[in-house]
Amino acid sequence: MSEVFVIVEHRLGEIRDITLEMLWKAGELAQEHSYNVTAILLGHEVSSIAETISDRADKIIISDDEQLKNFNADIYKEIIAGLIEESKPGLILIGNTAWGMELAPCLAVRTGFPLATDCIDITFKDGKLTVQRQMFSGKIFSNVSFSSSAGCLLTIRSGVFPKDRIGDRQAQIVQREFSLKEIPQKKDFIEFVETAAGDVDIAQAELLVSVGRGIGEEENISLVRELAEALNGLLSCSRPIVDKNWLPKYLQVGSSGKSVNPKVYVAVGISGAFQHLQGITGAGTVIAINKDPKAPIFRAADYGIVGDLFKIIPVLKEKVLETRKG
Amino acid sequence: MDIVVCVKRVPLTEEVDLAVDEHKKGIKKDQLAFVLNDWDNYAIEEAILLKEKHGGTVTAITVGSEEDEEVLRRCLAMGADRAIRIEAGDVSRFDSFGISKILSRVVKDFPFDLVFTGVLADDDYCGMVGMMVAEELGINHANMVIAIEIENGKARTTSELEGGLGEVSSIALPALLAIQTGINEPRYVSILGIRKAAKKELKVMDLSELGISDEELSPRTIIEEVYLPPETEGAQILTGDPDKIASDFVEILTKKGVMG
Ligand SMILES: Cc1cc2nc3c(=O)[nH]c(=O)nc-3n(C[C@H](O)[C@H](O)[C@H](O)COP(=O)(O)OP(=O)(O)OC[C@H]3O[C@@H](n4cnc5c(N)ncnc54)[C@H](O)[C@@H]3O)c2cc1C
Ligand SMILES: Cc1cc2nc3c(=O)[nH]c(=O)nc-3n(C[C@H](O)[C@H](O)[C@H](O)COP(=O)(O)OP(=O)(O)OC[C@H]3O[C@@H](n4cnc5c(N)ncnc54)[C@H](O)[C@@H]3O)c2cc1C
Repeated sequence: MSEVFVIVEHRLGEIRDITLEMLWKAGELAQEHSYNVTAILLGHEVSSIAETISDRADKIIISDDEQLKNFNADIYKEIIAGLIEESKPGLILIGNTAWGMELAPCLAVRTGFPLATDCIDITFKDGKLTVQRQMFSGKIFSNVSFSSSAGCLLTIRSGVFPKDRIGDRQAQIVQREFSLKEIPQKKDFIEFVETAAGDVDIAQAELLVSVGRGIGEEENISLVRELAEALNGLLSCSRPIVDKNWLPKYLQVGSSGKSVNPKVYVAVGISGAFQHLQGITGAGTVIAINKDPKAPIFRAADYGIVGDLFKIIPVLKEKVLETRKG
Repeated sequence: MDIVVCVKRVPLTEEVDLAVDEHKKGIKKDQLAFVLNDWDNYAIEEAILLKEKHGGTVTAITVGSEEDEEVLRRCLAMGADRAIRIEAGDVSRFDSFGISKILSRVVKDFPFDLVFTGVLADDDYCGMVGMMVAEELGINHANMVIAIEIENGKARTTSELEGGLGEVSSIALPALLAIQTGINEPRYVSILGIRKAAKKELKVMDLSELGISDEELSPRTIIEEVYLPPETEGAQILTGDPDKIASDFVEILTKKGVMG
């Protein structure tokens, strides 16, 4: 193998962090195994994005076309499949994002290449490619390898590799045009819609007390809200609480909710799935309260309280009120 | 509106100590309780809501063992019209390509307007079967779907992107939509409801009836090893009686400057 493809993800004119993270990993592999790193940049008016990554790849293949303004899995799939056929890269990296998770499986069926999703590491041992994945919300890890194939497709979890530049590269820019009219576009983009803003902004909070599915019933949320109020902090939550319509979307922390950066984040009855953890990388100190000592949240937290939240939270609240009264 | 929903039965693993099996290829499952995959619960509910609005049928399909029929019965109790189980022996020998090949072969012969899958299965967490089935069938698709409206032979879908941004698209039917949690509020199913649904059709098909070659089903990914997470430093656990824990808690908050 001589080449690694990195599929550039960008949205509304901005490069997504996942692209930089994949380029870092591709760069690291390239240094160790002397591969070339090729970034595939499909979009419209993307020269500033190309500029951003020009010292992180050996080659940038750019296709600039109005029809590529918005991500479209069908068009991406056809173009990338064509490029794969031409260059025969041994490895193709795609973000494990909403878009990447639509593109990669289609591309896998189209090319016949094996696919491993949501990879958190990539290694080559004796020429054999092995990736690390997680299952059961991070309670179990696995190593996956591949049957012989000209190439492999991997989707990469956000936030596991640094965004830094690695090595010293100067990309050759290759502009390409594709006759997109011949590609049946099956999905028409209409618009982007933002989550409705609320009366509070958890992204600005200094202290968050966050409630998860461990709370059991909607009525019980008041327990956690009272602790948040006693602490003059804000209440936030994990996704299942929003899915059940118990709290509004603007209070959700995580990859599909908000990224927060409080001084202290208290996670109550939250298991610590990576999508949740991605929202609290900016938190100063994380305190987790969970009855399962093996819950992945304890691996991410600074402090932990193992036990039943229904017993612990009232005691914490009383102590806080007592301390405040002085 | 004829809708096929692909569903998977998965183990419940919160608050359970998971152990790796002796071959290190999976986890020990004999002590675990099983449920319908959360995402599929939303998918089946969405199919039933669309049926209630537009008429038509809902069919639930699983590739699995006799024990997996439990989740099909649940789907029937929720309001699916019929269910199909594909008996394929030990399902763990397939990778996502294999599962997708089987599902698409079964669905292909159906009259359908929509196929639903979940975004993810809670156990293996691959998140690829849906889009693979779409590609195998050569039909339109959308992932991470959190809203669907049907109008004039098209689906207007909202897909959820990172940061909670919604991407609204229009796609012509037939289409495959991978459903994200939160799209609806799945209805409650009682034991009685499940018993009542026992009369509904649950068809079992054998993999051999589908005419897929072993070659097509052979896995392209190999599970080398399954293992418990490496020990890391982890959190400092507060110990002692509740009062001591509460004092420590307040002390940490004070130190971090948020008690002021
Ligand atoms: C594309 C995508 C995007 C996602 N985005 C997000 C996101 O932005 N934010 C997010 O949070 N999730 C997100 N998720 C969902 C994520 O994968 C998890 O399902 C979710 O974070 C789990 O929430 P939880 O920890 O509250 O619930 P669970 O995982 O069910 O955990 C509940 C926890 O409560 C504990 N518990 C139960 N009872 C008690 C008790 N009495 N006392 C103490 N502890 C108790 C349990 O031990 C368990 O650890 C996303 C998933 C996908 C696929
Ligand atoms: C440790 C480990 C690692 C693995 N790594 C890989 C890998 O890297 N690449 C790979 O191709 N395979 C891999 N597999 C195999 C893969 O997990 C199985 O083939 C699995 O059945 C499909 O993936 P999933 O369950 O994660 O489904 P997902 O793709 O997460 O499921 C999405 C949706 O597909 C539908 N669906 C899934 N399974 C069924 C079913 N049996 N019947 C009906 N509908 C279903 C459901 O609607 C579900 O919501 C791995 C398995 C293990 C145990």
